[in-house]
Amino acid sequence: MIQFINMLLIGIGAGSIYALMAIAMVLVWRSTRVINFAQAGMALLSTYIGFELVQKTGNFWIALPLAMILGALFSALVEILLIRTLIKHSTSGPVAGIVPIIATLGLLGVIRATIGFIWGNQDIQIQPPLSKVGFKVGEETIALSPMNLLVLLTVVGMVIILGFIFQKTNLGLSLRASAYSPEIAQLAGIRVGAIRTIGWAIAGAAGAAAGLLQTVNGTGAISPDSLEFSLLLTFGFIAAVIGGLESLPGAVLGAVVLGLVLAVVQIYISGTLVFIVAFALLLLVLLVRPQGFIGSKAGRRA
Amino acid sequence: MSLVIKDLTVDHGAIRAISEVSFTVENGKLSAVIGANGAGKSTLLRTLSGLNKATEGSAHWGDHNLLHGKPESHVRSGVSHVSEGKSVVAELTVEENLDLGALWRRNKKEALESKKQALELFPRLGERLSQRADTLSGGERQMLAIGRALMSKPNLLLLDEPSLGLAPLVVEQIFQTIRGIVDSMGVTVVLVEQNAMGALKIADTAVVLNLGRVATSGSAADLIADPAVRAAYLGY
Repeated sequence: MIQFINMLLIGIGAGSIYALMAIAMVLVWRSTRVINFAQAGMALLSTYIGFELVQKTGNFWIALPLAMILGALFSALVEILLIRTLIKHSTSGPVAGIVPIIATLGLLGVIRATIGFIWGNQDIQIQPPLSKVGFKVGEETIALSPMNLLVLLTVVGMVIILGFIFQKTNLGLSLRASAYSPEIAQLAGIRVGAIRTIGWAIAGAAGAAAGLLQTVNGTGAISPDSLEFSLLLTFGFIAAVIGGLESLPGAVLGAVVLGLVLAVVQIYISGTLVFIVAFALLLLVLLVRPQGFIGSKAGRRA
Repeated sequence: MSLVIKDLTVDHGAIRAISEVSFTVENGKLSAVIGANGAGKSTLLRTLSGLNKATEGSAHWGDHNLLHGKPESHVRSGVSHVSEGKSVVAELTVEENLDLGALWRRNKKEALESKKQALELFPRLGERLSQRADTLSGGERQMLAIGRALMSKPNLLLLDEPSLGLAPLVVEQIFQTIRGIVDSMGVTVVLVEQNAMGALKIADTAVVLNLGRVATSGSAADLIADPAVRAAYLGY
């Protein structure tokens, strides 16, 4: 019984962080039709900046929103300086449309190298702001610490805020219209270019939150070629794809499902199988339901 | 204010879509642009709203240069374009589609007034405000597209084939509404249509495009009476 509860806790906890990453991927995909492989690098950079801010301010909960704002600014700059130009130049020819995606792979390398240059290649350690010792239920210690709980609540809070922005505000309406139908949005008077940049900015903020929360939720250690960040990118991407790549609720659902499946594998079978199972799940969903959990069969309409 | 187009030429890559098109539409008039498939009618509208780039020539709405700037800035200068094929965002609700057209407007009270006006014009939309746009019938979608354009409070409205794929009765209704928009709101309309007869009946003036060039133009009544136009476009 306790093992089952732990499985749920670990699955939902991990899934919640994948969800932030998946949301970032979905936002970028929706606003510019680009899969941003640099998302992990951008999240890593934000986490290093978060590390500096924790040192300076001494408070993780001040550092987190500041790192998210800086992550948003950096992401917006990437869109304005790099992606926008690449999209304009890649409208024809054999690699039409792929150039910006390839460029994000290049950007990932550049960001990692730059981080190594600035902070060195050794691990640095972010002190978790809360206890990592699990709560006790009777005699048993469960896989939920005050730190885990607060991370989970923070993610849930962020998802609710994002959902509100998207469904209830004018900005959200502009973001949705521009994603579904950029031409009609433009004809309605929406400055689609600016809205794209905002989409990237929100993605940058979500990625920064994912990076920092993942780090304090886990070992607290980061390095330029951190395996955890590669996992974060991979699992975030898988969650986004099985969620339908278009839908924010889909991304969250995909992430929680992925987190739970991986927790089952980890606890009942073997931790070494996690990677294989994650990709097997991706392939299975693509084969059986290529439009993802949430996504219409007809695909996108113009 | 009037729409003045002079020697407008537009290329799609190596293909010349429209060539030296010139015509004028007076303020508060309805002008039909008719012609066969591929005559360049849609290209003409897309160029006027800033979606396509012109190669040569000029196009002005009053003193506003239509060949400069993006579509979103044209909207702010009172030019609204309903593109071909029921231009609504399928994934959004009816109300969201309407609101879309007024998001840029600072004066929210006036925007609300426009919404009331659009819903008076198309009461059917009022009954379906919270439905997704892709659940609407073809005619309702066209109404929604026009309603969304009106939410931007245009004084020049560019309509691309509003009758496309609609039942004859619905077409009649849409055409009457368009005439009503011109008469009661004082909006100037350029109506691109393959349904030449329907368009000529409600239009004040008309331009016939053939292979990207102006074949003939004049008052709608004269064109209906013109034997050459009748033979080529009206089918009798």
